[in-house]
Amino acid sequence: MIPAQFDYVRPTTVEEALQALRDGGDDAKLLAGGQSLLPVLRLRMADPSLIIDLGGIPELRGVREDGNEVVVGAMTSHHDVTRDDILRQHVALIQEATKTVADPQVRHRGTLGGALAHADPAGDLAAPALALEAKFVIAGANGTRTVAAADFFEDYFATAIGEGELLTEIRFPKYTGWGARYEKFNRVAQAWSIVAVAATIKVDGGTISDARIGLTNMAGTPVRATAVESALVGQSATEDNVRKAAQAAAEGTSPTADADAGTDYREHLARVLTGRAVLAAAG
Amino acid sequence: MTTTENPTDAPVKEIGRDRRRKEDRRLITGRTQWTDNKALTGLLHIAIVRSPFAHATIKGIDTSAAKQLPGIVAVYTAADIGADQVQLPCAWPVTKDMRSPQRPALAGSRVNFAGEGVAVVVARSAAIAKDAAELVEVDYDELEPVLDMEEALKDGATLVHPDLGTNSNAQWVFDSGEAGSGGNATEAISKAESDDDQIVVRRRFRQQRLVPVFMEPRSTVVDPTGEQLVMWSSTQVPHILKTMLALTLGLPEHKLRVIAPDVGGGFGGKIAVAPEEVVTLLVSQKLGKPVKWTETRSESLLTAHHGRDQIQDLTMSVTKDGTITGLDVKLLADMGAYLGLVGPGVPILGAFMFNAIYKIPAYRFDCTNVFTTKTLTDAYRGAGRPEATFGIERLMDEAALELGMEPMEFRKKNWIKHDEFPFTTVSTLTYDTGNYEAATDQAMQMFDYDGLRKEQAERRKRGDVKQLGIGISTFTEMCGLAPSRVLGSLDYGAGGWETAAIRMLPTGKVEVVVGVSPHGQGHETAFSQIVADQLGVGFDDVEILHGDTQSSYRGLDTYGSRSLAVGGIAVVKAAEKVIEKAKPIAAHMLEASEGDLEFAAGKFSVKGTDKGVGIQDIALAVFAAHDYPEGIEPDIDAHATFDPENFSFPHGTHLCAVEVDTETGFVSMYKYVCVDDVGNVINPLIVEGQVHGGLAQGIAQALYEEAAYDDQGTLLSGTLVDYTLPSAADLISFDTANTTTASTTNPLGVKGVGEAGTIASTPAVVNSVLDAIRHLGVKDIDMPTTPYRVWSAIQNSSGTSGRADEANVASPGAGLGSTARDMPEGGNL
Ligand SMILES: Cc1cc2nc3c(=O)[nH]c(=O)nc-3n(C[C@H](O)[C@H](O)[C@H](O)COP(=O)(O)OP(=O)(O)OC[C@H]3O[C@@H](n4cnc5c(N)ncnc54)[C@H](O)[C@@H]3O)c2cc1C
Repeated sequence: MIPAQFDYVRPTTVEEALQALRDGGDDAKLLAGGQSLLPVLRLRMADPSLIIDLGGIPELRGVREDGNEVVVGAMTSHHDVTRDDILRQHVALIQEATKTVADPQVRHRGTLGGALAHADPAGDLAAPALALEAKFVIAGANGTRTVAAADFFEDYFATAIGEGELLTEIRFPKYTGWGARYEKFNRVAQAWSIVAVAATIKVDGGTISDARIGLTNMAGTPVRATAVESALVGQSATEDNVRKAAQAAAEGTSPTADADAGTDYREHLARVLTGRAVLAAAG
Repeated sequence: MTTTENPTDAPVKEIGRDRRRKEDRRLITGRTQWTDNKALTGLLHIAIVRSPFAHATIKGIDTSAAKQLPGIVAVYTAADIGADQVQLPCAWPVTKDMRSPQRPALAGSRVNFAGEGVAVVVARSAAIAKDAAELVEVDYDELEPVLDMEEALKDGATLVHPDLGTNSNAQWVFDSGEAGSGGNATEAISKAESDDDQIVVRRRFRQQRLVPVFMEPRSTVVDPTGEQLVMWSSTQVPHILKTMLALTLGLPEHKLRVIAPDVGGGFGGKIAVAPEEVVTLLVSQKLGKPVKWTETRSESLLTAHHGRDQIQDLTMSVTKDGTITGLDVKLLADMGAYLGLVGPGVPILGAFMFNAIYKIPAYRFDCTNVFTTKTLTDAYRGAGRPEATFGIERLMDEAALELGMEPMEFRKKNWIKHDEFPFTTVSTLTYDTGNYEAATDQAMQMFDYDGLRKEQAERRKRGDVKQLGIGISTFTEMCGLAPSRVLGSLDYGAGGWETAAIRMLPTGKVEVVVGVSPHGQGHETAFSQIVADQLGVGFDDVEILHGDTQSSYRGLDTYGSRSLAVGGIAVVKAAEKVIEKAKPIAAHMLEASEGDLEFAAGKFSVKGTDKGVGIQDIALAVFAAHDYPEGIEPDIDAHATFDPENFSFPHGTHLCAVEVDTETGFVSMYKYVCVDDVGNVINPLIVEGQVHGGLAQGIAQALYEEAAYDDQGTLLSGTLVDYTLPSAADLISFDTANTTTASTTNPLGVKGVGEAGTIASTPAVVNSVLDAIRHLGVKDIDMPTTPYRVWSAIQNSSGTSGRADEANVASPGAGLGSTARDMPEGGNL
């Protein structure tokens, strides 16, 4: 498969990248790991005239601590996310979810920023980011701005990143000591999620003291299962309690129907998988 | 086989050794020569403009914008190169009154499936060709698509080909009462209906449509600049392709040369005279320049032929103590929009296989082939036999269930016993050898059948979320295609013989030219082992040549598990001729009489002496030709053609255990055991590899794959995101073993193993899925038994689920092609 012709630039700083975006206008497209963009180009669903490769900008890569937050550069690869000690200790949920993305080849090229900017409703990293209340740092002509996860995902494949802007980093609050589980349901190991549930749970002395739950592919954007979260807090982490609370998982969702699942099945899966994810995260 | 008087000197026999494949080092390290690697000076590239509609008339084609693009050489509509006048061949007119539409290389005035080619762009690079193809404007008038086989056969249905007057391609009937091979099945079944001691079991099963998904996409290069027109193509059938191109296009056959270089898989999908091969040829002739076509994966999924796709209505009558008294099979087989090379015959092969390993006294098979506006169907690994095996093995379980019998006991009661071979079946085939008891006993033991049944009962009692299911498939198949006379009686367009030639080179090395055309199976290794044993030369001294009609000028190629059981025997026959031709020369060199010579381990020796001469020395002697007997030619090369007298009949017992998550419907493989009897084994490693790959594809049909169309006739599973191929991560380690009853119809005693795993495994898996959840009210689930279908069947009061219940759209997410339609403005794509 062959994409339509395009020009290619590889800036070395964010400033240069922004300049290239301004120069390219409407027709410019940022390239991160290319694992979503290249298929789109090759299927000719998009034909930008300029590709701006972010791969040559060192400042966009890597994980660091910043006070109460862990900061992940947009260009950090899935592979690096799954291996990072800081994330393991403080933001285990994003690591668990990233492990389920595709296969090792894709994880070596694909990036956290690329996946979040792409905002595929079946993608696995948006729901954890939402559940974790991540903040998205977006650079543009007038400097940077920070957008909360709840405002970042707008619709199918649509985010708060505006024209001429780029995502530079994702800032996660620390969830040190919380349990985490990403319960992914798909048909074959390499496939995308039909439904998935991201749960991170804080348990104190057998009682759930805090809970964050995000749902993948239950709407055009990731959905926070707030009803389940509040039903869980204060409960002891027994199977019965958790399953009862998980009954509210499909509230506020609007899943689509396709060949893999009807809406009723997706809602059912959301409930079952929420129960399983919470139990595993609390266990 | 040669013997030696002194066993301590015996060379290690090659046959039976688990040799690593000699071709793999090259293939794995990328030193390959795919058709697409072919680079010729001045090579032009084509891209085909394809119809997005399933059924439409073409009102006009505007090529002007495309022609403006720099680097464009030409843009042709079908008429510009005569592609609309071509009649692509179907070599299997299954009945005298079979209705065949014209199948053009490019559509002229009307398209009959989404993906059909309507124009071709020629450019200096593949990228430019693709850009220009996007600029060709085609004006279509949409027609009603024809998608449902039953609707298509009704009066007043929209016709795919109005000139044929019907959507029925052919009806093919076998009746054992009429054939004299058994009773009248219709009578047997109606008698059973009024017999208190019998029951009648009726079921409808669906064989979903599949895509072969070979690893290497198809590619063709044609060079018209030499004396012969040379075509390189990613094909399984270079010989058939050459002859068919000559016949179809009126080209002199001796001015054509077809080469299948390295070919990366086929599974039947490359048994074809593809429209793109013809278009590439026509364009190269028109321009007098070498031309290349290479498909994209999406093009491949959409337009390379599909497989399976049947509706099966099966009726079995059986006595209450479990003896089958009659079987009636009624099939609808979807041909798609046109007839492929052997497409109409594929479902008919099932006629001989529905009776399987069972003694069925009365049998009727009635198949109607139907045209729809979908991609055409043709051979896919097993071709007709997986469909039949699925039908009968599912039905055996259903009948056992209604009888209240253990499913294996019911099978045992009806199968042919080992001491009844050779056995002529109700569908008139004679099975030479087999031992179903032995394979089953070994499989049951390896599987721990009783232990798993116990575990199943315990889980059921506890009401576990994950329930265990056990499924059986005791199968046989007919392969080693095929005795030429039998093919003639089935109106097949060719014979079933195979050829081999052996060239003894001056230095003693051996070139073996074969007519079969490997594309991943390991022929080079297995055939080298055979020749090493036959001629007593080193395994590494043998080179297997194939796939070029200039060196291998006679052959019928590779499909139907025929390469060893037919082609391998031709190799043996050629080796015997080499020895025969060498004998008088050996006698001359040893100054002995031919009668005193014996041949063993590569050497002629004079009986009772230590005098001898090696066959490799004889090769040098006839090359020099300074001193050889009068009256014979100085040449020990030989050529042999082998026409089998019968098919071969591998069989086996496959046992599958799955876990079904009753909350989500997810099915995971738990244990898989198969004991296959493929006759004598030349190379156990290759046999195991073939079984593993076959199992993966058969399991994939049961659980994962489907080429689904929406109600407009658009292929939904048009990328590998939607067509869910399993990978190693989805499968488990298989426990495989072999029992051996040597075939008596060929000198190696071999049967064929290329398709066994695919044929056997699908019903074992589906039977196990249903076995796990029948107690929850589930009766049947269409393949693939996706989690959604399994869950729905548990929920639905009918206990069934299938396509009909599902939304006809591809996943909203998953990033790719399917999403474009629902994209909001401002989306990121
Ligand atoms: C076979 C396969 C299977 C996959 N399976 C899964 C899966 O199971 N789960 C899953 O979650 N994902 C899956 N993916 C997708 C994978 O996670 C991708 O890596 C990810 O979706 C995109 O990341 P990328 O770095 O490759 O971005 P790219 O493809 O380079 O870019 C994606 C989009 O984001 C934009 N973009 C990239 N970076 C920025 C930025 N810094 N600022 C603004 N916009 C930006 C691009 O312009 C483009 O529109 C799969 C991909 C493949 C090829």
